[in-house]
Amino acid sequence: MSSRIDVSIEHRNVPEPPGKHPNTCPSCSSHYRDDELEAALWVCPHCGHHFTMRARARIASLADEGTFVEEAAELRSEDPLDFFDLRPYTERLAEAEMKTGLGEAILIGHGLIDGNAAELAVMDFAFMGGSMGSVVGEKFSRGCDSAAQRGVPLVSVTASGGARMQEGILSLMQLPKTVCAVEDLHDAGQPLISVMSHPTTAGVLASFASLGDVIVAEPGALLAFTGPRVVQQTTREKLPDDFGLAEQNLRFGHLDAIVPRPELKAYVARLLRLFSRNGD
Amino acid sequence: MATDHELRLRERLTRLRNLNLLGGARVSGELEKLQRQLERIQAAPTDEEIWRSVELARHQDRPYTLDYVERLFDDWVELHGDRGRADDHALVIGLGRFDGRTVALVGNQKGRDIKERTDRNFGMAYPEGYRKAMRLMELADLHKFPLVSLIDIPGAYPGVAAEQHGQGGAIARSQALMSRLQVPIVCCVIGEGGSGGAIATAVADRVLMQEHAIYTVISPEGCAAILWRDAGEAKKAAAAFKPDALHCLELGVIDGIVPEPEGGAHTDPDEAARLLGESIREALEELESIAPDDLKRRRRAKFRSLGVYA
Repeated sequence: MSSRIDVSIEHRNVPEPPGKHPNTCPSCSSHYRDDELEAALWVCPHCGHHFTMRARARIASLADEGTFVEEAAELRSEDPLDFFDLRPYTERLAEAEMKTGLGEAILIGHGLIDGNAAELAVMDFAFMGGSMGSVVGEKFSRGCDSAAQRGVPLVSVTASGGARMQEGILSLMQLPKTVCAVEDLHDAGQPLISVMSHPTTAGVLASFASLGDVIVAEPGALLAFTGPRVVQQTTREKLPDDFGLAEQNLRFGHLDAIVPRPELKAYVARLLRLFSRNGD
Repeated sequence: MATDHELRLRERLTRLRNLNLLGGARVSGELEKLQRQLERIQAAPTDEEIWRSVELARHQDRPYTLDYVERLFDDWVELHGDRGRADDHALVIGLGRFDGRTVALVGNQKGRDIKERTDRNFGMAYPEGYRKAMRLMELADLHKFPLVSLIDIPGAYPGVAAEQHGQGGAIARSQALMSRLQVPIVCCVIGEGGSGGAIATAVADRVLMQEHAIYTVISPEGCAAILWRDAGEAKKAAAAFKPDALHCLELGVIDGIVPEPEGGAHTDPDEAARLLGESIREALEELESIAPDDLKRRRRAKFRSLGVYA
């Protein structure tokens, strides 16, 4: 007969504290209405924190109004492995599509950026963590081909947790697939301008995102092959404060520039003008 | 179940048969190989068999790159260093004579005892390792040596310095370089083909896998930790993402399976080396008749065709 009652098990079922409201700045705790954030391009007007930006909003912020024409919107993922973890992959896909209104974690299409023709490939972190499966790989590759055919540069904006585990080895194969597509684009004489937004990690960082002729990042973006939590857990190393962040990557020579979101369009347009052979 | 897998493989066969427009003469060799693979398929591997491959791929006595090098190559000269900052011992590069021709070899290398394992960082390369590999690839391209790549890496190294030295970029650029090479590339997964660390040196014209090797996007433990929130569920994770050679073949990720001696490569390293050598020889002979520019084009087309979507 124990005189003490073990209550530790009770704690296992205690619900997690409610998450912060998505419009609350994680850095300075300022809170905003949707329209305020939208007007500020999802950059905190107080401290400059960059919230993750949805793909359509990103395109609206980069492409000249009414010029963007989406391509390959009809592609959808399949479930080659009949993958089932805690829930079936197909269910996760359907849920992501309903939640985001997107068919996959990337949007591609062509348009004008400050009057300069370009192909755009923009990822959306809200769709299964921006993970790269067969469709993301295929759409990005088609973006490369479309850019090559039109004779225009490709501008990619990445936001991804890495490869999509639910597609197993096929998701790893999207690394060489997108790499080969970039190489074909380069053979066609066109550049890739890679914009890394928060977060650009693992499989996407280790493939096309790092192959930009020019690579820029947004302030505070996490750009790491292995994220801080896993590095901490496996090596028990003390991590530097800015581990894996854009600022550290710039210092170590992996980036050309850190460009705040409000200046991004002008910056990309300047690059596009430089890459177009004397304005033709 | 077996018929299901068979059907899919047959489907691939049919697709290949209808490919004469693209492929040219060499597709027929591919056809024959697939046909043979099909004959070997009796049944889909069970979850237990998949886990056995995970264990065999990681077996402490499994032959590593240098074990095969000493059995297959004459006049082996190991080269060192990335010509930038370090010599990563987790990855070996060198030149040797294989079947009368000089080949360039890159391979991941694990250690046998505690001291060597630490020195080789358990086979996990730093960015310096991929740059060392790239240096060899450039050498091979310049001197027209075929490239052989042996894969046996648990995964890229998750460390502070590895990140600071640009792990992601190094893996990306190594793949990009391989997609530009104009020499034949044969790659074989001889143990663990772990995620980005593996694909960095696996963009080959022929990708082979030993019977009990595994090829994964993330370690079973890592996948379990993320999707099941419990690294102990590794067995379940492995069964779900199917890292075994047969499934990789079925998905079109690899071009062929290299048989191992009964019970796994470690039971008879000499025989394992002989079987591996035979497969590499066959692949090289096939590739050496293809024009360099064609090689590159087909390699890219092959990797660009990978994926399943609707």
